[in-house]
Amino acid sequence: MKRIRVIPVLLLKNGDLVKTVRFEDPTYIGDPINAVRIFNDKRVDELILLDIGVKSGGERSEDRLLSEIASEAFMPVAFGGGIDNLSQVEKILKLGVEKIVINSAAAENTDLISVIARQFGSQSVVISIDVRRKRLGSYRVFTSNGKKDTGSDPVAYAKRMADAGAGEILLTSIAHEGTGCGYDLKVIRAVADAVSVPIIANGGASSVADFVAAVGTGHASAVAASSMFVFQGRHRAVLISFPDDALLKQELYSIAN
Amino acid sequence: MAISSDPQAIANAEKIILPGVGAFDHAMRKLREGQLLAAIERRVLRDGAPLLGLCLGAQLLTKESEEGKERGLGWVDAITVRFDPSKAVERLAIPHMGWSDVRTARAHPLLATEEIEPRFYFAHSYHIRCNDPELTIGTARHGYEFAAAIASANVAGVQFHPEKSHVFGLRLLRNFSEMASERDTVISA
Repeated sequence: MKRIRVIPVLLLKNGDLVKTVRFEDPTYIGDPINAVRIFNDKRVDELILLDIGVKSGGERSEDRLLSEIASEAFMPVAFGGGIDNLSQVEKILKLGVEKIVINSAAAENTDLISVIARQFGSQSVVISIDVRRKRLGSYRVFTSNGKKDTGSDPVAYAKRMADAGAGEILLTSIAHEGTGCGYDLKVIRAVADAVSVPIIANGGASSVADFVAAVGTGHASAVAASSMFVFQGRHRAVLISFPDDALLKQELYSIAN
Repeated sequence: MAISSDPQAIANAEKIILPGVGAFDHAMRKLREGQLLAAIERRVLRDGAPLLGLCLGAQLLTKESEEGKERGLGWVDAITVRFDPSKAVERLAIPHMGWSDVRTARAHPLLATEEIEPRFYFAHSYHIRCNDPELTIGTARHGYEFAAAIASANVAGVQFHPEKSHVFGLRLLRNFSEMASERDTVISA
């Protein structure tokens, strides 16, 4: 049976677990180690941790946190946030993290992707692409936590990243992030159809039906979500949850088998 | 248990795990540098110590890889090839990333489990192709069926990452730790 990865994305800021809406207003959720432990018990496929508090080239203080997380997690962990050079990559991989997530630095220095892929293999490089729809319906890639318009079209940009050696692409719709209104299927499909590396759909999921749409209609290889796994109910009470295997099997994996 | 690149430590190791991430040539060159490979060979080929290759570590056991130019260890009658999209019915994303069920092809203590559908985490663009079909003890599917676990006498390899595969992987590592040293059935390389 083919399984489709369902990946919780956890946002970190100053060592805390936080959650944003459309990349704004980080709300405190809790302790990241505790969250990793719970997701580990729930046997989730993979985790993506993104530090949204670090600026490109800035100081990072999460080394201890990361090695603790890596030793707790019996699943692959990807980490990103302000990573822009090879020595950082090497250090983070040595802490026991499987994959590096690169966003802003990829736009500025595509060679970095090739260098990492050559040294550590493509499977260790996830390129995170944040997109926003312009008024006339075309899409643009944004970097720096959604603040900087690169002027690039997501399809051309994704191709460039795949050619440079990206192992997979985390594609996030800024307007959908944290809203639970479903994925932006149009851009996901456009990018997924243009590159051969796996696309992880992100931003907007609130149900397993959204996962099904991302894979069935959007042609994504994997799905990611955040609010859906950390909030519960109308008042967004913090409660970590994950759909059980039987439900995923029945609803999601069935479309790929 | 210890993580080591010290030939002396390996010379005394009861069992050896050969992990591997990255490129085939880089890994083979690293192994051939210094006394590391000689120490592993003595322990595995002469003394019959069990060895388990993980991911690239499993591919290194084969004769060669389409990924590089270096010779592989050649301890098993197999080669390493890139995923071939033309062999798949569906559109194939490469690398193969994620969890796949592993089906037992030949009963082997390494794959013993009580789980009904054991699944493991994969992250690879190349896979092992066995010339000797008896080598394959487990298969997985990505576009088509490929060898996910191979074994020959005291040498075994898995294409997936047991260390990142929850209880399924822990069980496999425990199975390996319980495998006896087999002086009588040492692979001939």
